[in-house]
Amino acid sequence: MAVAVSRRQFLKVGGAAAGTAAGALLGLGVDLRPKQVRAQQLRIKDAQVYPSVCPYCAVGCGTLVHVVNGQIVNIEGNPKSPINKGNLCPKGAATYQLHVNPNRLTKVLYRKPYGTQWEVVDLDWAMDRVAELVKKTRDETFVETLPNGKRVMHTTAIYSLGGATIDNEWNHIHQKLMRGLGIVRIENQARI
Amino acid sequence: MAENHPVAFRWVAEAKRRGAKLIHVDPRFTRTSAMADLYVPLRSGTDIAFLGGLIRYMIENEKYFKDYVVNYTNAATIIRDDFQDTEDLEGVFSGLKEAPQGTFQKYVYDNATWQYKRTAAWDAAKAREEALKAATFAEMIQKMVPPPAEKDPTLQHPRTVFQIVRRHFSRYTPEMVEQICGTPKELFLRVAEMLAENSGPDKTTTFVYAMGWTQHTYGVQNIGCAALLQLLLGNMGRPGGGILALRGHATIQGSTDVPTLYHSIQGYMAHPDARRAHDTLRDYILTETRPTGYWANLPKFMVSYLKSMYGDAAKPENDFGYDWHPKINGDYSFMASFHAMARGEIKGAFFFGQNPATSINASLIRRALANLDWMVVKDNFEIETAAFWYKSPEVQSGELKPEQIKTEVFLFPSAQVGEIEGTFTNTQRLIQFHEKAADPPGDCRSDTWFTHQLALRLKKLYADSTLPRDEGFKNLTWDYDYEPGKYPTNTRIQGEPDVMKIWREINGFKTDTGELLKGFGDLKDDGSTTCASWIYCGAYPEEGKFLPANRNPDPDDKPGTHLGWGYAWPANRRILYNRASADPNGNPWSERKKLIWWDAGQKKWVGYDVPDFPATKAPDTPAKPGATGLDAHDGKSPFIMMADGKGWLFVPVGLQDGPLPTHYEPMESPVPNLLYPKWQNNPIAKYYEHERNQLATVGDPQFPVVLTTYRLTEHHLAGGMSRWLPWLAELQPELFVEISPELAAEKGIKNLDLVRISSKRGTIVAKALVTPRLRPLTINGKTVHQIGMPWHWGFMGIAVGDVVNDLGAWVADPNVQIHEMKALLVNVEKAQ
Amino acid sequence: MAEPMGFFTDTSVCIGCKACEVACKAWNQLPARNGGKVQLSGISYDNTVSLSGIQWRHVKFIEDFAPDRSTGRWLMMSDVCKHCVQAACLEVCPTGAIIRTEFDTVVIQQDVCNGCRACIAACPFGVIEINPETNTAMKCTLCYDRLQAGMVPACAQACPTHSIQFGPISELRQRAQERLEQLHAAGVTQARLYGHDESILGGLNAFYLLLDEPEKYGLPSNPQLPSRNLAPSAALSAAGAVALGLLGLVGLRKQRMDRLAAEERGQGEGSHAG
Repeated sequence: MAVAVSRRQFLKVGGAAAGTAAGALLGLGVDLRPKQVRAQQLRIKDAQVYPSVCPYCAVGCGTLVHVVNGQIVNIEGNPKSPINKGNLCPKGAATYQLHVNPNRLTKVLYRKPYGTQWEVVDLDWAMDRVAELVKKTRDETFVETLPNGKRVMHTTAIYSLGGATIDNEWNHIHQKLMRGLGIVRIENQARI
Repeated sequence: MAENHPVAFRWVAEAKRRGAKLIHVDPRFTRTSAMADLYVPLRSGTDIAFLGGLIRYMIENEKYFKDYVVNYTNAATIIRDDFQDTEDLEGVFSGLKEAPQGTFQKYVYDNATWQYKRTAAWDAAKAREEALKAATFAEMIQKMVPPPAEKDPTLQHPRTVFQIVRRHFSRYTPEMVEQICGTPKELFLRVAEMLAENSGPDKTTTFVYAMGWTQHTYGVQNIGCAALLQLLLGNMGRPGGGILALRGHATIQGSTDVPTLYHSIQGYMAHPDARRAHDTLRDYILTETRPTGYWANLPKFMVSYLKSMYGDAAKPENDFGYDWHPKINGDYSFMASFHAMARGEIKGAFFFGQNPATSINASLIRRALANLDWMVVKDNFEIETAAFWYKSPEVQSGELKPEQIKTEVFLFPSAQVGEIEGTFTNTQRLIQFHEKAADPPGDCRSDTWFTHQLALRLKKLYADSTLPRDEGFKNLTWDYDYEPGKYPTNTRIQGEPDVMKIWREINGFKTDTGELLKGFGDLKDDGSTTCASWIYCGAYPEEGKFLPANRNPDPDDKPGTHLGWGYAWPANRRILYNRASADPNGNPWSERKKLIWWDAGQKKWVGYDVPDFPATKAPDTPAKPGATGLDAHDGKSPFIMMADGKGWLFVPVGLQDGPLPTHYEPMESPVPNLLYPKWQNNPIAKYYEHERNQLATVGDPQFPVVLTTYRLTEHHLAGGMSRWLPWLAELQPELFVEISPELAAEKGIKNLDLVRISSKRGTIVAKALVTPRLRPLTINGKTVHQIGMPWHWGFMGIAVGDVVNDLGAWVADPNVQIHEMKALLVNVEKAQ
Repeated sequence: MAEPMGFFTDTSVCIGCKACEVACKAWNQLPARNGGKVQLSGISYDNTVSLSGIQWRHVKFIEDFAPDRSTGRWLMMSDVCKHCVQAACLEVCPTGAIIRTEFDTVVIQQDVCNGCRACIAACPFGVIEINPETNTAMKCTLCYDRLQAGMVPACAQACPTHSIQFGPISELRQRAQERLEQLHAAGVTQARLYGHDESILGGLNAFYLLLDEPEKYGLPSNPQLPSRNLAPSAALSAAGAVALGLLGLVGLRKQRMDRLAAEERGQGEGSHAG
């Protein structure tokens, strides 16, 4: 039975038929046949894949981080996640550039009191210096008991802000360290 | 939702394809409005008037879900005779009194009169006295159980919650809604009808909100008002119901649960406070424990928390180290702290992934930063806060000079999510683990590394101290280093803590055997268990089994609760209070809306979710008179955290600013409060007084335009994670102000003109985006213009622009101290 | 020979989030314009403005409101290369750089393209441009590399609302028809499909559901092959001049295409028994 088949259906029919039909055109110097030009090199073909979570909003989209030779080469949505099924928003889709970005800082910058420029400093030195400053400020401002006799065991002269975009593990140990030291001005984005 | 949570909106789109209707109520026509079946404009800051109108409609037209309301809410409960409503006192509740010093408030409330009327006389002070003599915490709590509340299940008694609610909202007529909100009456009624049609045994409606509701001086009451409405409609604890907070940061939920917040310690326990009866551990427990309902277990949570802090040094004889634990003595919230910094009272500050130099009343904040002795910023890029001392507008204008700023500044580079292993808790309380894929570059380190390394250094610095004040810190347990030989070998980074050790502490274990706890039911108040966060207890129930790393979604044909994907606290429950998804007898309200139900054969609750109810407590179980905890509730009380097991239409405890939501105007408003002319604003709202924090007056002719601020799909917060990314910067490259064609014509402003926007606090410049998506509203006969500005920009990064938050004021909700950037008064003029 | 694959873009559910734009750039490693430092366009929320050699997905925003707001719509549409069945670009390409793949998609081979711009002038949709970094013509490849690996194109995978759907054309056409009927039943009478059948350039392998006339979205209602639309404007630019020189070839190819189409019909009749 004769049925009209469109070009599209024709393409679907299969390689053999297409070969016969379009092969005649080869001699004209231009090959208009559908073809596989070459095997495209998938740049994540040999990548290691690590399941991750988008760092932007609180929807919690699953992502996949592709790594080749220790370098992140791609981040995209995880199709397996029941939250996003592989979807992302533009921010989530841009997560790669959060990691691989020429504007990214990779050294500790330090500005002296009254200084007019940044200096690059050693990470260990900076950590030691911050620890000293925390101790100094805490020791100078610590209050054990208020004038009304109430015990407070705190300092209100140190302020810590942050956490809503940082891992739970950090939130836990950071609030513990702060409270352990008696630092009570602890805040994060949740109130802003 | 489509704007800021596009992937969550995926499921709205899916629901729409299946016939769901979407209503969008917003001052601006946004990308969400574009998808809505009904777009409803309203004046920014008038949500309680709008929701109150819906509440009145449901009651007066008897559209509420009666079976649900009578059985599952406190509608039938009778309130004390001396309670007076805003209807009685022209805009305030009984108990209003002058505020004590240092609260940043004019007034506060005493909630004594808001309480339930008891069936017998009850002297709480005397009971407390008796309780303090008790030998055990359990006995203490037992003595604090009050007599049952009086009830009238017919809801007819004039002092039932139901009748009080009815009277309270009687003024919120459709006409009043139109006058206050500017929403045409017909449109409002269409919303009410759609909502009523879509609620009941076989249908549920969900409310979704974000900062548009929270960022007000009555933000908590906005949400409470929606909760009241949803309880009336029977939409809580049921699939497709509830009130969904669209939270804005990957683990903002986690950072509230495991709180880097001043007012609360782990698992929503109040921070020990020198202003309250918290002197000793027993005082704290007596003050904070609700003897009936699940919170009766608070002594176990608190003692296990103290054990997680001080380990073996926390013993019964030293109150488990309670005295070492700091107490708060004031408002240390974000704005209060910058207020203190502006006064020079703060010497050092840490900013982790935060950019306060672009936050509320930002110019004042940048000036305050110059008062610090030292400041640590930890971020991915050189954000505005790190650069304030040489790049801020105040330096550009010469008001601040780098050589006169004493602040010692550290800027530590951070590792990003793909370079760290850890967990985030998303907006549905789902804890998800992310793996480390690669090392971060250079000296970039995780924040966990930073705090761990700082702690180790401080431990060393204090090791030799013999001062009593340092005893607590010396006893603070800090055991997060990997066990010898266990440190990962495939990394060049040294000194990271072992994330699973941190989780061991969060989840908790038995102090004698070290065995991990299976769930918070295992917690004890005698020191035999340690657990930092009772709500996270059970996430790591045994070695090698870490549930946040679970990645087993339901197949397509299964219920879709995905209990095998991640771990939702508490106890992996996906819908809180899901007992309410079944009727009082334990049967699903309808086949379509079934979630959990009572299986009489098996004598237990079964279904698609983890039941949020004692597993074998039958629906016909009676309440035990005088019992504590859940035994005090019958089998028909789904709201297990509440003292009476009921959803609270009327809130006797927990809210600072009244047991019912009431419409007040924003602190800056173009119009007087039509509902209660004597009380323009929330009477107990906070205001942080400062010469650079002045407010416009009501209907101020200098500042006639309402400004609302918001975020765009293409950027994140203050831009620290987006304005530095070329792919995002190009999508929204410059600050703009959205102006209606009507206002633009009035002011002679054309699209892309530079426009000057000024408030009582500051002036900024932005490009005009003239759009019909904004529209003037008629408020009680007066034309009110609203403009909108996204607040992502700052002076650093690829996409730069003025700081919108320079316009903001330090005013706050009295419950949670959130600001009011959603409704300000400004002036708009073409910049020459 | 694989099945013809393509995109069905349902603009009725597009939320204009631009995830497609970024996911495309991220996968294909395309740069932002001027490193991301650009100016506000003032055209609603559209700041990428058009498709280009480095912008292979582009979301259009159309604000359509009555002055009194009695009616109002904010239309959004993610534009992309149409992967035409009769692809003008492929017809005019003098180097053979533009090919039709086994998925019936149209791809520019970057190592063959010499940047002559013939395809740019030929495309009736303004899809192609020179990527300034490579000096070659670039456009959407329908993620040829991902397709060969059995993966979904980056934009379709990212799209949160299923506005961009990827799949076998036959299936997409059916889905599109069902969606159209659903919208018509819901009273959205202006909804229509664009490029789903042979009436436009033999069929578009990236076709659309629109909520108004194509012109509203900046799409030509009757796009033409270059042999018909190129002549009047071809002499205006250097690129045009090159293209003009190719006109003869274009004509030749047109004949070939017609013949090909004719042969297909014949082949179709003959092949059905098999």
